[in-house]
Amino acid sequence: MSAAVLPRTDAALSVWRLRWRRFRRHRTGMAALAVLALLGIFALAAYPMQWFGGFDPDATDLLARFDPPSAAHWLGTDEAGRDELVRLMVGGQISLLVGLLATVFGGTLGLLIGIPAGYFGGRVDAVLMRFTDGMMSLPLLPLLIVLGAVDLTKLGFSPEFARSGAAGFWRIVVIIAIVDWTSIARIVRAATLAVKERDYVRAARASGAGAADVMLSHVLANVATPIIVSFTLTVGRVILFESVLSFLGFGVVPPTPSWGNMLNNAQELVTTAPALAVYPGLLIFFTVIAANFLGDGLQHAFDPRSER
Amino acid sequence: MARFILRRILQAAFVLLVMSFVIYSLIGLMPGDPIDIMIASNPGATPELAAALRKIYGLDQPLLSRYGHWLWAAVQGDFGYSRLHSAPVLAVLAPALWQTCKLMLISFTAAVLLAFALGIVAALRPGGPVDALISLFAFAGISVPVFWLALMMILVFAVDLHWFPASGIATVGDGSIRDYARHMVMPVITLALAQTGGFTRFVRASMIESLRSDHVRTARAKGAGEGRVVLVHAFRTALIPVVTVMALNFGSLFGGALLTETMFAQPGMGKMIYDSILGNDYNLALTGLLFATLVTLLSNLLADIAYGWLDPRITLA
Amino acid sequence: MSAAAELVALDRISVQFDLGGGGFLGGRRRVLRAAQDVSFSIAEGETLGLVGESGSGKSTLGNVVAGLQPPSAGTLRFRGRAMDAATWREARRSIQIVFQDPFGALDPRMPVSDIIAEPLRIRCIGSTAGRRARAAELVEQVGLPRDALNRYPHEFSGGQRQRIAIARALAPAPALIVADEPLSALDVSIQSQILNLMKDLQEAHGLAFLFITHDLAVVNHLVDRVAVLYLGRLVELAPRAELFARPSHPYTQALLASVPRIGVRRHRRPAISGEMPSPLAPPPGCVFHPRCPKAQDACRHDVPALAPAPGRPAQLAACHFKD
Repeated sequence: MSAAVLPRTDAALSVWRLRWRRFRRHRTGMAALAVLALLGIFALAAYPMQWFGGFDPDATDLLARFDPPSAAHWLGTDEAGRDELVRLMVGGQISLLVGLLATVFGGTLGLLIGIPAGYFGGRVDAVLMRFTDGMMSLPLLPLLIVLGAVDLTKLGFSPEFARSGAAGFWRIVVIIAIVDWTSIARIVRAATLAVKERDYVRAARASGAGAADVMLSHVLANVATPIIVSFTLTVGRVILFESVLSFLGFGVVPPTPSWGNMLNNAQELVTTAPALAVYPGLLIFFTVIAANFLGDGLQHAFDPRSER
Repeated sequence: MARFILRRILQAAFVLLVMSFVIYSLIGLMPGDPIDIMIASNPGATPELAAALRKIYGLDQPLLSRYGHWLWAAVQGDFGYSRLHSAPVLAVLAPALWQTCKLMLISFTAAVLLAFALGIVAALRPGGPVDALISLFAFAGISVPVFWLALMMILVFAVDLHWFPASGIATVGDGSIRDYARHMVMPVITLALAQTGGFTRFVRASMIESLRSDHVRTARAKGAGEGRVVLVHAFRTALIPVVTVMALNFGSLFGGALLTETMFAQPGMGKMIYDSILGNDYNLALTGLLFATLVTLLSNLLADIAYGWLDPRITLA
Repeated sequence: MSAAAELVALDRISVQFDLGGGGFLGGRRRVLRAAQDVSFSIAEGETLGLVGESGSGKSTLGNVVAGLQPPSAGTLRFRGRAMDAATWREARRSIQIVFQDPFGALDPRMPVSDIIAEPLRIRCIGSTAGRRARAAELVEQVGLPRDALNRYPHEFSGGQRQRIAIARALAPAPALIVADEPLSALDVSIQSQILNLMKDLQEAHGLAFLFITHDLAVVNHLVDRVAVLYLGRLVELAPRAELFARPSHPYTQALLASVPRIGVRRHRRPAISGEMPSPLAPPPGCVFHPRCPKAQDACRHDVPALAPAPGRPAQLAACHFKD
């Protein structure tokens, strides 16, 4: 019998199909999904704009500072005469990417801490959860600011790297990930506690499955539901963190644009060019609110008890 | 209960100790070098002088022994000298802490009251148009970047309408309460709005659950008036989880306060920490962060105790 | 049956659960004695019924045999060897378990083919394709359609799920299946189907069963010997026919009296009065004495040993006054 004879038929997807059907009825959740898709398309539209439209997000034009919207610059230009629309698109790529990557890394950290804590229980659980509690009781923003202010050369990185845009990008991904994993860890732990007493886990153990085997083949798949919801909500929060840090000057470093650091420039010019302060903020706001509504909709779709 | 409180206090003290070391190490990784900064204003400084200064200040010692010295001084109340303010750190910190606590308490109270009102109204008709509107408002509150909200408030109410001053805590030469209050309006509204969203959702969820519970249905069956059912029976049950969540969130208010103060140029802890990090004021940054941690830990501790106090299984006993 | 080789043997097995208390925080230390001093063996191809009320420790003993619960005292033997790490490695393949609740026993995120092949995957037996072939073979053996392989557990009824669980247990060609109340969560009409399936499988593969149940009526259809547990202690161990014909222990007698049997007028034996005491504080002496109609002074002090009933060497009972 070869694998080809046993294809995963449509029945294989029916759990997810059921959820999708339920999610589709959740109007705000669907709207949120659409908004996020549009924002993603908006951010990616920077590429065709650059390739075919000849727009350059970094091309300055000191003769055309603070231009109002025109045929050449649809949303006008910023304080250095750069095209605002293209910068918003490129900044969107950076902000969204930071949001996704930091959530994935932080979520992985949360899994690595939450699953063993729930599965092994006892002392392992006590140590890991006290650590998580301690982490949760810290003032996140001040901590992020200190981490953002750390001089990378003092950690042994070369000055060239420390000044590069890549360093600014990865630094913010890493520091948000190491700070924002606690809620996922707690959710995963609770889910693991519920799964590990199930008979299918005991059956696997009776067949000689080790802890790692059980965690990978049973626990991980069964904690997926709460994790997906939590991931969605975390992406929203992470994008807020990114914008705050970049805004305060500890995040993505100019000239690389991000929605956060575009607001940094706009703050001082708020009387001269208020529009520059409005656009990036609105985009952040729409992204985060859509992520939150999406998380809410997913929660409804995954929770068989909620019927509304 | 006493044992429980004692254990939580010991835990918090331990977290604070660990954090003091982490922050101490992180501050050492911030850009710049205290001795370089010190001798930068002295054109006659030689490398030998720098080395001598390094020895005097113990900067040639390994990290752990420097931390030990700092900790020993700190427990005796000596947190060093602020470079930016040319004053002892504690003298700079105390008024800032007071300013921040005022901002946090006022906006926290406003957020809680608003959240209770909105949450209860929304819970009366879940899924109705009023609920939808309140939910949208709540989600907006959670999702708006605090600093951008502040920026927009400044843009509209200070720059365009001139209703409120954009920054500071008082107009020089005007000592009136009214002037003082005018300066607090926008920061308080900003910070309160940022908190209200999450709180409203908690109150709403908790109230919906409580209104569906058996004892509320019993109260209805007994013929209690709808107002009494909602405000007395259901509300009392809903209160416990809500208070816990709110108290736990008091600590996270600190991040919001930091941004609000920075945006409205108010001399609180948040702005002080931000300025001290930008200005290489190591002692002030270190102590400010420690106090921020302390405030957060304390509010979590109070939340735990409040929970134990409100839990009916304990109060009824 | 007695001629067959010993497959698994429990030798004076005890299981205790420490429920905390005592020590630094004070308070009384609480120990739950789930099983005490239990010895019995299962021969190759034999079906042993382990009968008791809930709280009698029968599931705990099932877990001990399946390797899910290390005993606090006593030894477990597999094919004559004491269980050490190496023996367990072999035994884990030869001893499989089927649980009571067919809804919790199958991972909802796995297709049936993966569920059935799991014991093989864990032990790294065969290739992926080989394991799939085995799953296909098993799914038909337990009477499910081929296309069940690609489906997920939620698409099946309770009885069908129990068939899948049985197929999983059969996958590594075990010598013993521990069946922990496999019928009690099923509809009565389904129970007999599953029972017949287990009988057929036993005949086809020469399987031994440790059949855990609270229902003596079910036992009558399937088992060779019956072990009766009460409050963690083995009170009677006898071949089925002897036990049903002439129960020796007063507890067994009371249990049998409460089983309705067609054509047999119910004896006016006293049904058991009172409730089973808490396993946290088992009574001294014979654990059954507080509810026993025959209890005497000796029962309150001396723990009776398991010994043959008068004139019936194969029927063992732990009672000072056995019939």
